[in-house]
Amino acid sequence: MPEIKNYTLNFGPQHPAAHGVLRLVLEMDGEVIVRADPHIGLLHRGTEKLAETKPYNQTIGYMDRLDYVSMMCNEHGYVMAIEKLLGVEVPERAQYIRVMFDEITRILNHLMWIGTHALDVGAMTMFLYAFREREDLMDLYEAVSGARMHATYYRPGGVARDLPDSMPQYQESRWRSKKEADRLNENRQGSLLDFTEDFTNRFPGYIDEYETLLTDNRIWKQRTVGIGVVTEERAYQLGFTGPMLRGSGVEWDLRKKQPYEVYDRMDFDIPVGTEGDCYDRYLVRIEEMRQSNRIIKQCIAWLRENPGLVMTDNHKVAPPRREEIKADMEGLIHHFKLFTEGYTLPEGEAYAAIEHPKGEFGVYLVSDGANKPYRVKVRAPGFAHLSAMNEMASGHMLADVVAIIGTQDIVFGEIDR
Amino acid sequence: MMTKSLQQLGDSLREIFTDKLMSVDESFGEVTAEVNAENLIEVATALRDNENLAFQQLVDLCGVDYSQYGQVEWQTNNASRSGFSRGVDTDTGATMGRLQFGDDLESVASEGRRFAAVYHLISYRHNHRMRLRVFAADDDFPVVPTVTEVWRVADWYEREAFDLFGILFSGHPDLRRILTDYGFVGHPFRKDFPLIGHVEMRYDPEKGRVVYEPVSIEPRVLVPRVKREDHRYLSDEQSDEAGLVEAKKNA
Repeated sequence: MPEIKNYTLNFGPQHPAAHGVLRLVLEMDGEVIVRADPHIGLLHRGTEKLAETKPYNQTIGYMDRLDYVSMMCNEHGYVMAIEKLLGVEVPERAQYIRVMFDEITRILNHLMWIGTHALDVGAMTMFLYAFREREDLMDLYEAVSGARMHATYYRPGGVARDLPDSMPQYQESRWRSKKEADRLNENRQGSLLDFTEDFTNRFPGYIDEYETLLTDNRIWKQRTVGIGVVTEERAYQLGFTGPMLRGSGVEWDLRKKQPYEVYDRMDFDIPVGTEGDCYDRYLVRIEEMRQSNRIIKQCIAWLRENPGLVMTDNHKVAPPRREEIKADMEGLIHHFKLFTEGYTLPEGEAYAAIEHPKGEFGVYLVSDGANKPYRVKVRAPGFAHLSAMNEMASGHMLADVVAIIGTQDIVFGEIDR
Repeated sequence: MMTKSLQQLGDSLREIFTDKLMSVDESFGEVTAEVNAENLIEVATALRDNENLAFQQLVDLCGVDYSQYGQVEWQTNNASRSGFSRGVDTDTGATMGRLQFGDDLESVASEGRRFAAVYHLISYRHNHRMRLRVFAADDDFPVVPTVTEVWRVADWYEREAFDLFGILFSGHPDLRRILTDYGFVGHPFRKDFPLIGHVEMRYDPEKGRVVYEPVSIEPRVLVPRVKREDHRYLSDEQSDEAGLVEAKKNA
């Protein structure tokens, strides 16, 4: 009899299935995981410390780079914390725009998740499909903010600018014929809302395509059903939020239970799982995309009818319009003060949480009354989820670790911060 | 809806814990309670198990270093005989964010009020939240008991607070660094830790390995830290502006 003993396997930090820079130290008994010890921090940039030395508005851009697949939702949490302390009113139109882009971001995030999750488990096609749709949504980001990812679009008091009346167009080039460019530009002739509406009409069909590929796929089910089961009680203990919590059968969604912006006027449902395994979480997220699509449609309908301000006209917080700067002394002073020193927040502390695509994203802000935060703490959903890795993976096979990383929807930008 | 239950929650906290909580406060729509480190475990367990509170989940745990709370780099509200100060005075010593290698920063927090662990709790049953704050009694050796037995998720959060602030959580099963590099020295989120860090790292081709050296970059903070009471205009700004417009019309 040869002597058999446990051995340690080093997974990552450079591993295609590690979703970034995750280093997992796995203690194995044959092919079975005995203990999983994630080592994180390889992408730690000290965002919270950097924020302490900058005026409030300069940190919004850093928020994009936390969870870099759901950029605007991160911004949303941060500006909501500021608005809570300031007590500033956000115009209704800006609230609708925020809700619409939160949901666009949710679809962006879930598309990235399903693409990579399926790729890890062995379904290559999903990745290509998901990125085809992501392209359209990134174009929306670009049209509204000028950047495809790191938008810095939400600002305390509203959003940076109103929705544009035209979409960016594809150009003819050496690599793209006139015919091809025209085909791509076909649904980009109208305003941003027209293009978004066109997308929401197409998107349910795309989700059906994903479901045809995966939902009843034998291999997909073998790899996800009964893997990483978490009961309701454990989900609370392990700090699960968002789809991870709903997958374990808890009907909880901050958009419904503690509504912010105009979510209380939206008609949508919360999907809930029953078993708490990877497959349930997959179903929950797929349904969330359909619900997000519904919410976007409602926002489009409202936004078409109701033009108006997208930024508060309180110039202690938001800069005045360019014409006012040129013509009005007070406007010039406001502009100068805002862009040299920023605004100050009253002394106090606030915690603002939103239903981020990955779970509860919260920002805890401590202000001592200065023009810079005294302490910013970002509550990243992925951090709590990854800390449950040991419990979820123990007793499973090595290949299941990959499925569990996928189902946790890990992104290191937010975990390491 | 929220404001009513907020008051109720604050009242029931006062009722249940009486003198165990040092203070309960309901500003900015959130309940904040402060507790002594000795009573933390008892209070936390009760918060989780009491039927009327039922804080099932620890949403967030973080450290805070209050050593520079309220410090500004530029006095804007007091004029001297020569008028208002025109900018940051760097002769009086380094301030937060402008620290360099070897600089020291005096703590302005009174003893036992420097390091705090802040817990954010949520109850899914009653749909309410609260915040719990615990100060570590000793500034040089901050210790707070661990709540991993009450909420399992505290494990990594406490490791993070230990890593970044050096707060020790007594009884924690595995208190290792989590976010910083292997072999890192110091606790980077403390206010007396320079923003530029202490060391920089590069590959030395002669030695054939990675070497650490004192930082060569200069601290660069573009905007001074100031306090102004601008936000006092915020609440009645709208009505004020309306009043001004009226006045202009009349004139």
